[in-house]
Amino acid sequence: MTKEERLKKRHRAEKRFRFYGLTSIFVALLFVVILVQNIFSKGSSAFKKTVITTEVFFDQELLEIQNGASQEEIMEADFYDIMIENLIKAYPAKDRDEEDELLKLFSGDAEIEIKKAFLNDNNLIGKTITLDLTASDDIDQLHKGNYPRDLPEERRRISDFQLVIYDYFVENKKISKNFNNYFFNNGDSRDPELAGIGGALVGSFYSILICLLLAFPVAVLASIYLEEFAPKNKITDFIEININNLAAVPSIVYGLLALQILLATIQLPRSTPLVAGITLALMTLPRIIIPCRASLKAVPPSIREGALAVGASKFQSVFHHVVPLALPGTLSGTIIGLAQALGETAPLILIGMVAFVVDIPSSPVDPSSSLPVQVYLWSESAERGFVEKTSATIMMLLSFLIVMNFIAVYLRQKFEKRWN
Amino acid sequence: MNFVLLFLITIFSLSLFFYGRSKTKSISIEKNIRLNALPKFYGYYLVLWCSIPALVFLLVWSLFEPVIIKSIIIETAANQGAIFSDKNEANLIYEKIKAIHLGTYFGDIDSILRESALAYAKFINLFTNSKVVLIFGIIIASVIYSLKKIKNNNKARDDVEVILKGLLFVSSLIAILTTLGIIFSLLFESIKFFSVINIFDYLFGTNWSPQRAFVRDASSITAAEFEELKDAFGFIPLIAGTSFIAFIAMLVAVPIGLFSGIYMAEYASIKVRRISKPIIEILAGIPTVVYGFFAALTVGPFFRQVGENLGLTVSSESALAAGLIMGIMIIPYVSSLSDDVINSVPQSLRDGSYAVGATKSETIKQVVIPSALPGIIGSVLLAVSRAIGETMIVVMAAGLAANLTINPLESTTTITTQIVMILVGDQEFDSPKTQSAFALGLTLFIATLILNYIAQRAVKKYREKYD
Repeated sequence: MTKEERLKKRHRAEKRFRFYGLTSIFVALLFVVILVQNIFSKGSSAFKKTVITTEVFFDQELLEIQNGASQEEIMEADFYDIMIENLIKAYPAKDRDEEDELLKLFSGDAEIEIKKAFLNDNNLIGKTITLDLTASDDIDQLHKGNYPRDLPEERRRISDFQLVIYDYFVENKKISKNFNNYFFNNGDSRDPELAGIGGALVGSFYSILICLLLAFPVAVLASIYLEEFAPKNKITDFIEININNLAAVPSIVYGLLALQILLATIQLPRSTPLVAGITLALMTLPRIIIPCRASLKAVPPSIREGALAVGASKFQSVFHHVVPLALPGTLSGTIIGLAQALGETAPLILIGMVAFVVDIPSSPVDPSSSLPVQVYLWSESAERGFVEKTSATIMMLLSFLIVMNFIAVYLRQKFEKRWN
Repeated sequence: MNFVLLFLITIFSLSLFFYGRSKTKSISIEKNIRLNALPKFYGYYLVLWCSIPALVFLLVWSLFEPVIIKSIIIETAANQGAIFSDKNEANLIYEKIKAIHLGTYFGDIDSILRESALAYAKFINLFTNSKVVLIFGIIIASVIYSLKKIKNNNKARDDVEVILKGLLFVSSLIAILTTLGIIFSLLFESIKFFSVINIFDYLFGTNWSPQRAFVRDASSITAAEFEELKDAFGFIPLIAGTSFIAFIAMLVAVPIGLFSGIYMAEYASIKVRRISKPIIEILAGIPTVVYGFFAALTVGPFFRQVGENLGLTVSSESALAAGLIMGIMIIPYVSSLSDDVINSVPQSLRDGSYAVGATKSETIKQVVIPSALPGIIGSVLLAVSRAIGETMIVVMAAGLAANLTINPLESTTTITTQIVMILVGDQEFDSPKTQSAFALGLTLFIATLILNYIAQRAVKKYREKYD
């Protein structure tokens, strides 16, 4: 091999090496894109729900109440007969079986939806109104195109006759897509068309709030102590090693800790945001302390010395000068820690947040779910409708995380002082 | 009740602040003396003395009250003739008594339960009353003490700072308390577990099937049951599955992470670096349950489909799918850390290499990487410890049955999956099955601790070399 050939070979190797590097960055970026695209393409349809426009006639004979009935009377009244009577008129069905199949196209909440319409206007008896009633999950998925209709009938959840009704609805423009208010307002449900993340949102909110209230003050005080006051001795070293190790302990171990100490020993109520918040706070604490200490360390000694020189005590120099200067870094570290806590699932599963909770929690000691746990729960469900619900929940979760991280970055870039 | 107490403590503290501030001002004018601190520090001093002892007392009391009441009530119920053979039944009876007291119990109430419920109401009342009395006692005592101090014109600022410094120290101790809590809660149950199951049967057994542990009470095991239990808790398949999935993950994460780290540190322009580094780090910020969902619903079925087309049987919960997705999650851990360590290799080493005519890639391969090696190994070890502690991806995408296999297309299970599977749903405390989850947790904790320790040592040693 001549000198030139060898040089060429080495330059080719150089190019190859560079190519490998570029490829791996590209592959990593590609994964981000695929993941996000996959979630969005599956989830975006969950923000709309399919409704069937139905004419509802409030028949005096079928309702035991009068026009102008009070709220309690309406709540107690039975709207089941009215519902059946009106729903079977949506399509000219021939016999009882066909009527049954027709009724299955509406969600289980059709009666409540009709009742709500009457609650809004209690003078409807003897009148006819058009209502948009939520369709059942199967029709919903079919209408959104998530459900193949060319399968043989026995492998479909929708019968041939129901397809005929569906086509009749489409032809007469009785079926349309509305904003899915149930997805945001409802708690969990066995029926995908009625299931929502309302309960999970509130549960996550309470958990993160408790986590913030517990972890932030303790983390800031601890990092102030370790950075500014701690003497260099064995105890301080031990605390530091401890914090570094805690930050790397797998999150599921915190779940075991919570199970044994918070639930079995102190007997706090299971499945509640209170326990979740405390668990997440213990887990987040070391993850907040580390960036807090870094931002305290970044404040130059001249600031402290300046304060001490004009007669401030050590405490005053720290709390009047160093801490305010370190605050942007501290806050952004806290927000990033909270964002991690918001996405944390494993410890919450162990403390029983996987329970099936329909009601939206009204306080931190009510059983509840949380966003990531809801993702886990729904992803285990077989119904096709839960796939889009899960993806949409992930979209909500990711958008919260993006907003939190954006705030953290903004705080740091806008307010942090560069010292050199 | 606690909220009322907290509210009262806050009100007292606030009023004491204003009282202390004005009182010391008037003292200084009256007696014409110079105060040893600004008046507000006397206010702070009173606030701290009024609130901290009372709050600490309230916290400790609230932690222990339910436990003590429970043991008393169970004892009184037993004295009155309630029969329960183990802890679970005792708990059940206690819950019933509590429900009767709250008026939410709708079952049959016999005389024992009614009597116990009355006793419960009595004790709750007694405890609440004594709590209130004690708290007010503490507040009065500490306020009298501190008022006396400020009347003697103490150095309030110094005293306040001493108390606050104590508070700071206590906050930093919470990290140690957490560690102790973890160790004790894991050890406590693990010791119970190992008193039933021999530790060597656990460590070297090749069969994991905890569902066989039907026995509720460890003391009533017969010899035959014991034999059966003995080989229900073999750890080998779990550690094999865990390491296998972690290995697949590292096969994905190390090359991609390392090459992107090298590229970002050595080749990329500042602009490319500023954009691509945060985007790659998004991968670490995505919640793991999202990866789990992606692996279970998209990647698993996709591999299965591809395998079917190639004529292979691929389990829809294959180790490959879980490992691949876990590897993607770990990429940023490897890339960011190796980017950092490569950046801290001194420029002089590179310049020396260029000076003798080496190309950039030759410099990287023969000079930069060897000198950054301890740091890179440290970052890889940290990534491994993340991989074995990762839960949601494997819970959702890997299997539940413990297969001892090295075929990536079959399903295996991991330590974390088993912990979740055992502890989800109704648990019976004091059954070897539940306790085995804590033994697994302890094993996991120790394994990650060792890995982290080695990794941190390696990175630290490496940093010191070039500082």
